[in-house]
Amino acid sequence: MKLGMKKIFALVAAFVPALALAAGSSVPLDEHLTDLHDTASLQRGAQTFANYCMGCHSMEHARYNRVAKDLDIPEELMMENLVFADKKFGDKMTIAMDQVDSKRWFGATPPDLTLVARVRRPDWLYTYLRSFYEDDSRPWGVNNVVFKDVGMPHVLAELQGNQVLGTALVEEGFDTLTGQPIMVEKEHVLYIEEEGTLSADEYDKLVYDLVNFMVYMAEPIAVERERLGWWVLLFLAIFFVPVYFLNKEFWRDIK
Amino acid sequence: MSQNTNKIMAWIDDRLPVTQTYEKHMSKYYAPKNFNFWYFFGVLSMLMLVNQILTGIWLTMQFTPSAEAAFASVEYIMRDVEWGWLIRYMHSTGATFFFVAVYLHMMRAILYGSYQKPRELIWIFGMLIYLALMAEAFMGYVLPWGQMSYWGAQVIISLFSVMPYGDLLTEWIRGDFLISGATLNRFFALHVVAVPLVIVALVVMHLLALHEVGSNNPDGVDIKKHKDENGKPLDGIPFHPYYTVHDLVGIVVFLMVFCTVLFFFPEGNGFMLEYANFEPANGLKTPEHIAPVWYFGAFYAILRAVPDKLLGVIAMGAAIAVLFVLPWLDRSPVRSWRYKGIVSRIYIVIFGFNFALLTWLGTQPATELLTLIAQIASVIYFGYFVFLPLAPKFEKTKPVPERVTGGH
Amino acid sequence: MSQDGVNKARRTLLVGATAGVGAVGAGFLAVPFVKSWMPSEKAKAAGAPAKIDVSKVEPGAMVTAEWRGKPVYVARRTEDMLNTLEGLADRLKDPENANKAQQPEYADNLYRSRKPELIVLLGVCTHLGCAPKYVPEVEPQPFDPNWQGGWFCPCHGSRFDLSGRVYGGSPASDNLVVPAYMFESDNVVVVGVDEENA
Repeated sequence: MKLGMKKIFALVAAFVPALALAAGSSVPLDEHLTDLHDTASLQRGAQTFANYCMGCHSMEHARYNRVAKDLDIPEELMMENLVFADKKFGDKMTIAMDQVDSKRWFGATPPDLTLVARVRRPDWLYTYLRSFYEDDSRPWGVNNVVFKDVGMPHVLAELQGNQVLGTALVEEGFDTLTGQPIMVEKEHVLYIEEEGTLSADEYDKLVYDLVNFMVYMAEPIAVERERLGWWVLLFLAIFFVPVYFLNKEFWRDIK
Repeated sequence: MSQNTNKIMAWIDDRLPVTQTYEKHMSKYYAPKNFNFWYFFGVLSMLMLVNQILTGIWLTMQFTPSAEAAFASVEYIMRDVEWGWLIRYMHSTGATFFFVAVYLHMMRAILYGSYQKPRELIWIFGMLIYLALMAEAFMGYVLPWGQMSYWGAQVIISLFSVMPYGDLLTEWIRGDFLISGATLNRFFALHVVAVPLVIVALVVMHLLALHEVGSNNPDGVDIKKHKDENGKPLDGIPFHPYYTVHDLVGIVVFLMVFCTVLFFFPEGNGFMLEYANFEPANGLKTPEHIAPVWYFGAFYAILRAVPDKLLGVIAMGAAIAVLFVLPWLDRSPVRSWRYKGIVSRIYIVIFGFNFALLTWLGTQPATELLTLIAQIASVIYFGYFVFLPLAPKFEKTKPVPERVTGGH
Repeated sequence: MSQDGVNKARRTLLVGATAGVGAVGAGFLAVPFVKSWMPSEKAKAAGAPAKIDVSKVEPGAMVTAEWRGKPVYVARRTEDMLNTLEGLADRLKDPENANKAQQPEYADNLYRSRKPELIVLLGVCTHLGCAPKYVPEVEPQPFDPNWQGGWFCPCHGSRFDLSGRVYGGSPASDNLVVPAYMFESDNVVVVGVDEENA
């Protein structure tokens, strides 16, 4: 490794939790603190999805107008930025890519992603999208720590930069005397060899928003469901009062 | 006004025994006055049955039973149909709570010996309901046509291959050489029409048989032995109004739990709606970990605990079949566990927790340790049925009181 | 069990309260089941306003478009055709658009349209729902020797003039429906939406 120590140090820190891997398929995952009430985050995620994912992945169970309504995106803005040219506002979010072509290009048809957050879970997606690394033996030149031999290129590479898996110095606690970070050399660590257009923090934020959006898409009713749940429970609590005293009143008869 | 009402009722009663039926099953059905917490689960099972039928009918209106469209039509219900998500979650969460209620209802019968003479038929009908319910739930889980639907069906139907002419039999059940749209369509028909009819008919029989001999109670004593001058049991109270208002309390509390899960944890952490089932069925790719929905866990754990395909299936079948003969295995002179010997009392508690353990094991990946635990738990499960007929030989029972105790 | 000293008023109150709150709950519960029968998002998307390019409609010709699964007729009437409309009042059942439900306010005129020459009609006969045929030629027809051009329904012989107004003697009682529509541009008509219900 002929890399500037400083650089490695700066970039590695964010990825450490994801990395104690190598053995076994269960890679420790970074936590995604999903917040479906953060509309701004969902909007940014939608934008990222439309720009980077929707070329290959559909969200065929969802409709544009529902997304616009739930995410407070005005119809005009939605049509301009997120809806493909030939689509109507009420259409489903399908894509035009031919399945046979895509199978030839990727070895498999890129799956529909409407429900992916319910299948894979948010933590996995959040970690996965940040765990691509350079691997020349793969057709697209990248591999993934949590999805071994994945058939998908790293479409966000221009943003994240060129990430590699290798040996690097990792910060492990602080020296109590000097206050300097203690650096330890570790194997199987992901680090950025060549920076992309975003900093590590910015990239994490982008992926966070994207995953947030995918969680929303997997179950768009989730927020409303919980809101309604409180009202239902409140009603049952009120109903409980007369029911309880009714029972008590009648059972006075029983000696 | 009431004069007219009486006239109308008399007119109807001359032609259809409405009042008589109402009195026999409600206002003059005398139930023991010492029912406790465990006695809520019969009516709660009934509540869930109604929930399943009602929401099921509504789902049928929007669901498309074909291999090509089933998965998408469930998402259509979840997204495009107004309130469709609520009706679907009521149905999927309802399945879980139906089984919760039924399992606790069965445990109640085991604790208080409600299956003993003269209530053997009630127990048999109950077991048939349980069997039909398992078939119903299994076929219902196939309908969304996700990965778990497909591979769950694959595994369960393969169990039949151990029988004579097994390959022919499994092909006949599937209607194809693999699980396919043909399987989905017949399961749909059975799930929405045939099995529900059977279940409703069995529930009627279950209740008629119950009301013929009368309800058991936590003391297991016969309340009909002591009657007042009018022939009413001294320890009995009319089901209506006393138990209707009583059950209402249980229903409201149960609905609170039900709604908490429905509105806040509809996936049940992957135990009710499995994560892999949000991926459409793919006959070429098996999910990493195939687990049944939680309510089949116990029997699945027993199946896996036996390191032989045929014997495993036999063990699983036996685990269910042995419950049918429970009334004849229990030779104890007393019904309720309250008056059984100490070993019986301990074993009955272990049996309950052991079943819960097996249920959990069935949902977990089979590691070496867990398989060992499942084997021990399976032995404990079957051991109970060996123990039951032997218990009276070495264990004394306590004296049973003449009249019911506790209660109010 | 004894009924001595039962407070009947209290019982009645509690039964009433329980039944009342329970009925409210049942009412709430019924809402999802009733509302799930409303047109779904899929149906609404399919029934979204339809855009029709009318630039290619020659004078005298008609095009058929689809909106909510129903045929929508857009005809471009010539000066001659528009002239036939004035003198027909005696032969029509509702020449003055007395039935206001059959057209929006902006089409409540002799031409039953926003622009005199361009008429937009639902191609659904007001008798029993067949699709009337466009017969623009002013010449004697088997079904009407004095035919002034318009629509003829092949199912039961209802006749409509070039404004979609029903002739006397037809089984249909009402004029053909003019749906809500507006011009997005001079050449694009949007059916199913207008200023009032966007």
